[in-house]
Amino acid sequence: MIAIGMEGSANKLGVGIMLHPEDGSPPQVLANIRHTYVSPPGEGFLPKDTARHHRAWVVKLVKKSLKEARVSVDDVDCICFTKGPGMGAPLQSVVVAARMLSLLWNKPLVGVNHCVGHIEMGRLITGATNPVVLYVSGGNTQVIAYSSQRYRIFGETLDIAVGNCLDRFARTLHISNDPAPGYNIEQLAKQGKQLVDLPYVVKGMDVSFSGLLAAIDGLAAQWGLGGEEAAKEDADKQASTAGETQIIPETDGKPTRADLCFSLQETVFSMLVEITERAMAHVGSKQVLIVGGVGSNERLQEMMGIMARDRGGSVYATDERFCIDNGIMIAQAGMLAYQTGFRTPLKESTCTQRFRTDEVFVKWRED
Amino acid sequence: MADEYKPPALPSPFTNTTPAPTLLAQGAEAHLYKTVSLDPSIPAALKVRPSKPYRHPVLDRRLTRQRIIQEARCLVKLVREGVSVPAVLAMDWEGQGAEESAWGGAWLMMEWVEGPVVRVVLEQWEAWMKKNAASLDESQLQKEEDRVRGLMKRIGHTLGGLHKAGVVHGDLTTSNLMLRSPAQDTTDSPTGVSMEGEVVLIDFGLAGQSTQDEDRAVDLYVLERAIGSTHPRSEPSFEEVLHGYRESHKGTGSTLKRLEDVRMRGRKRSMIG
Repeated sequence: MIAIGMEGSANKLGVGIMLHPEDGSPPQVLANIRHTYVSPPGEGFLPKDTARHHRAWVVKLVKKSLKEARVSVDDVDCICFTKGPGMGAPLQSVVVAARMLSLLWNKPLVGVNHCVGHIEMGRLITGATNPVVLYVSGGNTQVIAYSSQRYRIFGETLDIAVGNCLDRFARTLHISNDPAPGYNIEQLAKQGKQLVDLPYVVKGMDVSFSGLLAAIDGLAAQWGLGGEEAAKEDADKQASTAGETQIIPETDGKPTRADLCFSLQETVFSMLVEITERAMAHVGSKQVLIVGGVGSNERLQEMMGIMARDRGGSVYATDERFCIDNGIMIAQAGMLAYQTGFRTPLKESTCTQRFRTDEVFVKWRED
Repeated sequence: MADEYKPPALPSPFTNTTPAPTLLAQGAEAHLYKTVSLDPSIPAALKVRPSKPYRHPVLDRRLTRQRIIQEARCLVKLVREGVSVPAVLAMDWEGQGAEESAWGGAWLMMEWVEGPVVRVVLEQWEAWMKKNAASLDESQLQKEEDRVRGLMKRIGHTLGGLHKAGVVHGDLTTSNLMLRSPAQDTTDSPTGVSMEGEVVLIDFGLAGQSTQDEDRAVDLYVLERAIGSTHPRSEPSFEEVLHGYRESHKGTGSTLKRLEDVRMRGRKRSMIG
């Protein structure tokens, strides 16, 4: 069976094609294509512009994916799309495209929960059987464990998502959004040395990032590190010292832009690892799976690995192809539901900005 | 997993203790040991917060120190106010690791409380009742229900004292409530489960100082949910906790009113519409 998955809940438009062989051998990725709407430094992506981007690219991506997968329209069994959660306008652009393809090709539709898509793709790629899942992205921060047919949320953010916190700080520092603001923060953080004190807010298994963001934005303003000029100055300095031996300047307590990125990462990732550990102790699991865009951060993976090792367990993580929003994860989760007989009738093929992970009945897993 | 889990080495003052401390429980944050204090005949509880190697050392020290001091402060305050909690015997927030001069975490030594946790008491009682309730007559059944209600009321009373002292627990479950075994147990019940003894509050790892109705109400709500999920049979008698709480001190009315709001709000609401 072949499913085509269409994802566009944020600034990434993804189309993917998955094959589930009839003989029961492992599912295969036939095509995984993504096009990202990148906004200029200092700006986030607005829903209307992102939706326009998705509308402009969706047909091209579908055609390209069919070509890359070497399948014809007749081979496709179902069309899976992201029902939610996500940004309204981008979601709508993609759901309209999915509906059109369904009518055009006369194929059934399968609406997929975005978070469940991430979890199922992570399970497939890493082979983790029953892990505690940390789902971290620009719009979501949740600690999830499976129990009797639901992915249950044990802990989550009380305000903004961790990725949102990183993205917005990248905006403060005018760090490039290409390929992703979080990726550029990670690179800059590698040069950071000094840890500055930031609020650390963990409440049981929940976390909060908004106060932390306000505090670090305040520090950036206080030391004159935010905005376009500081970004340019930093870049010039980098260029002039390139090739020479790096002399570490006297810091006199003043943090650098790199120090702030470093401190931000160390603090927010510690919070995430802590709540994940608490959930592991609570449910008695030794596996951790990290999914979502922030999950491709290598420092987060490293910290989680140390924690898991100390508990006698192991961490499962994937790279950007599967971590960051993509079409195949929608195809994978959609296919699992499709095989249990799930269909989304045309008149119910809507999308929604709010769609909790634990609302989905997970019929495809045992017990 | 192939390699068995090994708990981190004990802080240096306890590496030579005889008998060696025995590990009782391992949470995400701390390890609880039974050990002795000053004299081999004086038992004590030792809570160790090992350093977390995944964290930046500066952040790790700051957090561990902050949390263990917070816990000790709450306990000391409560002992002074006459609330039944284990007394603090000794602590070190800059504890040494196994290697010389290495930071190993922090530890807190407390009075040893002899007795079962309420979770076990209720579990045993519920298990017995499930099997044998049919063999009891009306008055015996009534007597058993009354015993649980009496225990709940005493719990409510203790919580009232806790909140009156200006502390919220932050993690109230039946595992964090103990019954100090009385010198003489006069329990007369066919179940053989004693519910006598003073209610003692333990594990203040998430506690804080607050006198706000919101925080107090959340404390009560967390306990209500915990009893509902672990002791379904005893759930109806949760009303008695609130009863005992109301009688414990003046000014509980606004907290209990706030509890109504907290219940309505829930926490994992779905936010549609």
